[in-house]
Amino acid sequence: MTDHHDFDKNYLENGKGFKSWFFSVDHKRLGVMYLWAIGVFFVLAAIASFLIRFEHLSPGQTIVSAQTYNVLFTLHGAVMVFLFIVPGVAASFGNFLIPLMIGARDVIFPKLNLYSFWVYCAGSIILLGSLLAPVDTGWTFYTPYSIDTGTNVIMVTFGVFVLGFSSILTGINFIVTMHKLRAPGLTWDRLPLFCWAAYATSLLQVLATPVVGITLLLLIGERYFGLGFFDPAKGGDPVLFQHFFWFYSHPAVYIMILPAMGIISEVLPVFSRKPIFGYKAIAYSSLAIALISFLVWGHHMFTSGQSKLINIIFSVITFAVAVPTAIKVFNWLWTMYKGSIELSTAMLYSLAFIFLFTIGGLTGLFLGALAADVHLHDTYFVVAHMHYVMIGGTVFGLFSAIHFWYPKMWGKMFDEFKAKIAFVLIFIGFNVVFFPQFILGTQGMPRRYFNYSPEFAFLHQLSTYGTWILGVGFILMLYVLCRPTGPASANPYNSLSLEWQMPSPPPTLNFKEIPTVNDSTYAYGTKIEQEA
Amino acid sequence: MQLMKFIKSLAYPSEMLPPIIEEEESHFDPETVHSSAKMGMWLFLATELLLFGGLFAAYAIFRAKYPVMFLEGSDSLDVVLGSVNTVILIFSSWTVAIAVQAIQENKIKLVQVMIWITLICATIFAINKYFEYTYKFSKGIGPGTDIFYSIYFASTGVHMLHVFIGMIVLGIILKKTYQGRYSKDNFTAIEIGGLYWHLVDLVWIYLFPLLYLA
Repeated sequence: MTDHHDFDKNYLENGKGFKSWFFSVDHKRLGVMYLWAIGVFFVLAAIASFLIRFEHLSPGQTIVSAQTYNVLFTLHGAVMVFLFIVPGVAASFGNFLIPLMIGARDVIFPKLNLYSFWVYCAGSIILLGSLLAPVDTGWTFYTPYSIDTGTNVIMVTFGVFVLGFSSILTGINFIVTMHKLRAPGLTWDRLPLFCWAAYATSLLQVLATPVVGITLLLLIGERYFGLGFFDPAKGGDPVLFQHFFWFYSHPAVYIMILPAMGIISEVLPVFSRKPIFGYKAIAYSSLAIALISFLVWGHHMFTSGQSKLINIIFSVITFAVAVPTAIKVFNWLWTMYKGSIELSTAMLYSLAFIFLFTIGGLTGLFLGALAADVHLHDTYFVVAHMHYVMIGGTVFGLFSAIHFWYPKMWGKMFDEFKAKIAFVLIFIGFNVVFFPQFILGTQGMPRRYFNYSPEFAFLHQLSTYGTWILGVGFILMLYVLCRPTGPASANPYNSLSLEWQMPSPPPTLNFKEIPTVNDSTYAYGTKIEQEA
Repeated sequence: MQLMKFIKSLAYPSEMLPPIIEEEESHFDPETVHSSAKMGMWLFLATELLLFGGLFAAYAIFRAKYPVMFLEGSDSLDVVLGSVNTVILIFSSWTVAIAVQAIQENKIKLVQVMIWITLICATIFAINKYFEYTYKFSKGIGPGTDIFYSIYFASTGVHMLHVFIGMIVLGIILKKTYQGRYSKDNFTAIEIGGLYWHLVDLVWIYLFPLLYLA
């Protein structure tokens, strides 16, 4: 395997056909396969959401029955969360980029990496297999309804349980890789910020996922063996399920967003031609977010009747998460200050990220405030907040990454102008869909309801029209990306990080010789860059 | 060809054992692989602790809520069988530790004997547990009887699952020792397999007093 021919071939040319991919331990191929997989699931879940929005075009039944509606929002939530956004950026770009960025030939456990992907595929199949008797609980599987409903809860939760293994094993792989395989000279304080973000993400994956694993196992036990933990009839406590569930699922929110933050930290300095501002602050704030995220789960249960004191404590800690998050945002803004900004497509998505994520983050503080949350809990305000963070944050970050690393990943360039049109459509469409939902929420429109009062009709319709703009934007983006314009050079954006210092697409074994790193990755516009 | 390999790897899960990397395919030097595999295993053990952590948290919450139920439930468990199982598991942890030590001195025969003893201990543990379970079932007590038995069956059941996984892992390692796969220069798999077995033991050391001696 190590003969020199592998350096003549890039990773895309090294074998053709399904088997050469599906059995490959090459981290780049695995990254690309994850990207395809999450892309497919994104489209599937997006279609479900388009149907949900279409249903809300008028009060009462528009196209689907109430039960189908329940199934649709469960499918949308479960697929988006467990199949798309949790593996998401970390598994796709994490796999593709981490070894390249740290100067390694692969992740430390290449076979384990492949198994993780297979486990992910198996989990996806199990989860989607539940469509035979589609689940109507919502993606959160709250008890006691999830114990009583006649739908296929066991299969979905078992699918999520299996997916958890993929997540844990990928996390372990990344952590050990970053500890053991950094190139000589690549000290922790020179490590690219995407790697820092991926490191924090991996910690969360490793430490939070087992808890949801046991929770879902117990839920399966409740349905199958009649365990009583979450069943009030047996002396159990349904709110305990919520505690267990959010002990994972709140850190999972940061599993979703942290890698996207890492991407922004990579894209901004390149297109501002300035060193990243506050490198250490950004790096450590990732770890701070990871740490604090374990201590805030209770803010999902302010209205569940848990103790007042606990509510206050969780509320205060929730506000504390805003601090490391804001540190990142201010450092990004300062990175751009007086920079020589080039508005490439990737940069536009990153700028949109900062704008939209800030809205999403700040509205999260409304929900973290006890008095406001009593009014806003389980309304469309929550839906809007969550989507501003998840789409405005993570998905825009992912799109930024797809455009930014497109030349490296495929060895081709794309049509920047058309891609920017797609960006404008997506940006406008997204805001038209979700901004009205903030207003709907404050007016009292509850989430997950099939029907609504006629006075909400205008905002609901506006939101639905937005999905059409958004849909056209997605299709145009996909079209642009599927029609490359020509071959890419090794480093079209004059980036300084390691992955751009090799041919595009990268050779199968990445580095002929393991490089030695002498300087910061972010020395843009300085002497070091002139010499490089 | 690769498909056949894939099917074969399903039939022989030893090929699927995550942390074991075949040296000849690795891009990295053996020392790095060894220390990395150990680090990976420790991280995996952390996830196991959190998995059981959920059950321990449930135990704490419900015991505070229903103290009498827990006392009565605990009294109904067979302390003798539980104690025997505790001794057996601790003993098997010791034999695994000897195996890990022995392979570093190239004493393959001793490694094999020790892993055999460990597997026999695990089997006795499972048989004892089987009698405990069936005795409870025969008296009409099951996982849904009350919260204490929910905890009892869920936590010992999940632990039992880990005993079985540990037996499979050690069984594969044992098979490979007969194929001459390990030596004092290549014993990563035995070491991390041993680590896993210690976890199985450790969890039981907490479960035993919590459930039987409450």
